[in-house]
Amino acid sequence: MAPAAIELKGINKSFGAVHANRDIHIEIPKGTIHGIIGENGAGKSTLMSILYGFYQADSGEIFVDSKKTEIKTPNDAIAAGIGMVHQHFMLVENFTVLENIILGAEGSQLLNAGIARARAELHRLEKDYGLEVDPDAVIEELAVGLQQRVEILKALYRGAEILILDEPTGVLTPAEADHLFRILRMLKDEGKTVVLITHKLREIMAVTDNVSVMRQGTIVATRKTAETTVEELAELMVGRRVLLHVEKGEPKPAEVKLSVKNLTVKDSRGVTMVSDVSFDVRAGEIVGIAGVAGNGQSELLETIAGIRKAISGSVLLDGRPIDVTGAADPGELRDRGLAHVPEDRHHVGLVLPFEENENAMLGYHDDAKFLNGPFLNIEAIRADAREKIQKYDIRPADCRLKTANFSGGNQQKIVLAREMEHDPGVLIVGQPTRGVDVGAIEFIHKQLIAMRDGGKAVLLVSVELDEIRSLSDRILVMFDGRVVGERGPDATEGELGLLMAGVEAREAAE
Amino acid sequence: MATPYAKLPAWADYGLIPLINLFVAFAVAGLVVLLVGESPVQAATLLIKGAFGSGAGIGYTLYYATSFIFTGLAVAVAFHCGLFNIGGEGQAYVGGLGVAIVCLSFDSVFPWWVNFPLAILGSAAIGAFWAMIPAILQAKRGSHIVITTIMFNFIAASLMVYLLVGPLKPMNSMAPQTRTFAQDAWLPKLDWLLEMFGATIRSTPLNLSFVLALVMAVVVWVLIWRTKLGYEIRTYGFSPKAAKYAGIGEARIIVITMMISGALAGMMALNPVMGDQHRLQLDFVTGAGFVGIAVALMGRSHPAGIVPAAILFGMLYQGGAEISFVMPNISRDMIVIIQGLVILFAGALEHMFRPSLQAALASLAPKSMGMNAAKREGA
Repeated sequence: MAPAAIELKGINKSFGAVHANRDIHIEIPKGTIHGIIGENGAGKSTLMSILYGFYQADSGEIFVDSKKTEIKTPNDAIAAGIGMVHQHFMLVENFTVLENIILGAEGSQLLNAGIARARAELHRLEKDYGLEVDPDAVIEELAVGLQQRVEILKALYRGAEILILDEPTGVLTPAEADHLFRILRMLKDEGKTVVLITHKLREIMAVTDNVSVMRQGTIVATRKTAETTVEELAELMVGRRVLLHVEKGEPKPAEVKLSVKNLTVKDSRGVTMVSDVSFDVRAGEIVGIAGVAGNGQSELLETIAGIRKAISGSVLLDGRPIDVTGAADPGELRDRGLAHVPEDRHHVGLVLPFEENENAMLGYHDDAKFLNGPFLNIEAIRADAREKIQKYDIRPADCRLKTANFSGGNQQKIVLAREMEHDPGVLIVGQPTRGVDVGAIEFIHKQLIAMRDGGKAVLLVSVELDEIRSLSDRILVMFDGRVVGERGPDATEGELGLLMAGVEAREAAE
Repeated sequence: MATPYAKLPAWADYGLIPLINLFVAFAVAGLVVLLVGESPVQAATLLIKGAFGSGAGIGYTLYYATSFIFTGLAVAVAFHCGLFNIGGEGQAYVGGLGVAIVCLSFDSVFPWWVNFPLAILGSAAIGAFWAMIPAILQAKRGSHIVITTIMFNFIAASLMVYLLVGPLKPMNSMAPQTRTFAQDAWLPKLDWLLEMFGATIRSTPLNLSFVLALVMAVVVWVLIWRTKLGYEIRTYGFSPKAAKYAGIGEARIIVITMMISGALAGMMALNPVMGDQHRLQLDFVTGAGFVGIAVALMGRSHPAGIVPAAILFGMLYQGGAEISFVMPNISRDMIVIIQGLVILFAGALEHMFRPSLQAALASLAPKSMGMNAAKREGA
């Protein structure tokens, strides 16, 4: 085994009473790709933040290249040869690639010398690792995959020998992800060490040499990737056997519940986000909308839900129009049986500082059962919340607890319980399992299937292709605001991936 | 990124931290007193004695506190909606117009107990109107409410000067004020209340509007935490996006909340105009609108915090006057400095001692801490 590039010994970190990292021992051999996998809240990000100097461990030691190293700030980490590619890019949007790369490493007060040096160095890195990107392009004009490449170049420019990537593929198309993995392998061949944090088992299997599984703040196992299976890793992550595939019967589509016709939506800057989109959703089916994040799915969902205004087009709910170009009111749509599980539960679907019971009626607070005239019927509200907590197994089972104190999966259950329990005819769902742990994913998927089997129309938007494929009865792929194709549930990942990347659309245009 | 500190238990959040802030504010103020060559201990004694040492002192303290409760509640209601109403000063000022119109019209028609509710309505209506304009500008045009409410303070001041030197001034009078109201437009004093506690006093300005202020504190609590409207206000205040998602109309909630806020600020005018001076004068608000911001900050926008905070500031006003009377080196301006320090530590530096206190409590009693920090921290 190669000598360790990083060795962590007995790392502990607590936030208040929460033991986020508990006695972590980990050894990452030089020149390997090491995966760290775990559910949300397992402590992966905390561990990496300690390694990169955002936090300090309460106890424990870090060895870099077998030398004990104190990492108190990100600068110490960079000095020790550790580079990090964040989940949310830390780039200045209106700077060029070159300017971003030298940011913080300018070398002198005057920029010219630094820029010249950076340009030469960038050239070398591009050649060595196949990391091509135009140094003079402005960041905001680059595709997400390229922006990520700039982040990697930034780390390498600072002399990183060890590269940490935090959930790097969340924003990428399958093809872009594959390209990223090729780059990672090339880095490995050049002797760099890569640490890949992810919750996607497939990626671990595709690219890593070794994998450590974290659960509840501890490393529960470290395996050679070649000697383990997806099922074993999933079980280690959750601590029990998990059904990775969703069981569902044949769909029985009935009448059209939701009909979208020639819908066009622009954002506040006047950029067209949804362009001439038409489709129907029938009772008793799940229609999935696949696509890389930012291709108009979010805007489509918000428009149907009455939160965003359309420029033109129409939406019919049960044959009656929704005034999407005018004064569509989410409250009125709820009364008409349209439930909406929004993509962003932290800012839209929930009010995090509220008590759980207050969120359990959000949007339904006009409902007579929650009110005594203008006053809230506190007893009824709490009783209703307790009922939902029990039915959806929301933990902890405390309707007075602040919503922010629930885990991601339980927060999502709060939203789902609220939207499903009002027996809507149409359910539109955005990213139902984003940031949700594996155990809750299984539950949420079952609930969605149960809605379908109960004769409801379900419109599902997700950037998780696996989720779309396993739940949907029909799959629409969106690219650049358009629906570029419709496929059945048996479509292959490659086929959908090409559509998501806009390949077919581009070919057709030529 | 989640804050790396866990949550404090309620007693520390609402009790200990304000006390620590207050203590530090007084310690720094003590240094200032020391610098001008007076004894801080003596000054503190004078402050407390002046405010609470006599029936008259208590009367004045509560009289000032009455105004601050109204303006503090006004600011707090807007806070709950995520709006920063800096216009309490102007809203209270024009609120005085509402009081004066009622009193001048009906002071020889109705008894005080009819005039009082009418004056409440008058002051609330005009205060609400004065807050409604910035609210509409914010809701419909996106003009920032902080800027517009500040500007409306100036407009209010100019308007009142015009009215008081012109239309509202009695003929042949040199003073920029209305005529004195007839007795039937005077609010009853609460001297008997103080006497009940055994204080023998000469007359103080404390009047029935103090009771109204306490009633409004309860009303605001009910409004914010026990009504549908309050629920909608809080939803919008925490997350405008969630409010939109929940079908809560943005323009409607902003305008209604600001009108409630303006109405509360307007009612402040009842205290000096109808309760004490019995006429409308220039500048009768004397900064109470701005003190309301500090009171709301210190009281954590909760009526149960606002009432004691208002009494504290009432004490600073009254006790401060006493200090400047006895200690010639300490002028009125020095009192303003002390008030400023309290505002600084209670408001602006509110979070200064929080992290260390959290760390201290975490090591003492880990069970009492919130359990969420690491969860949100996770991958």
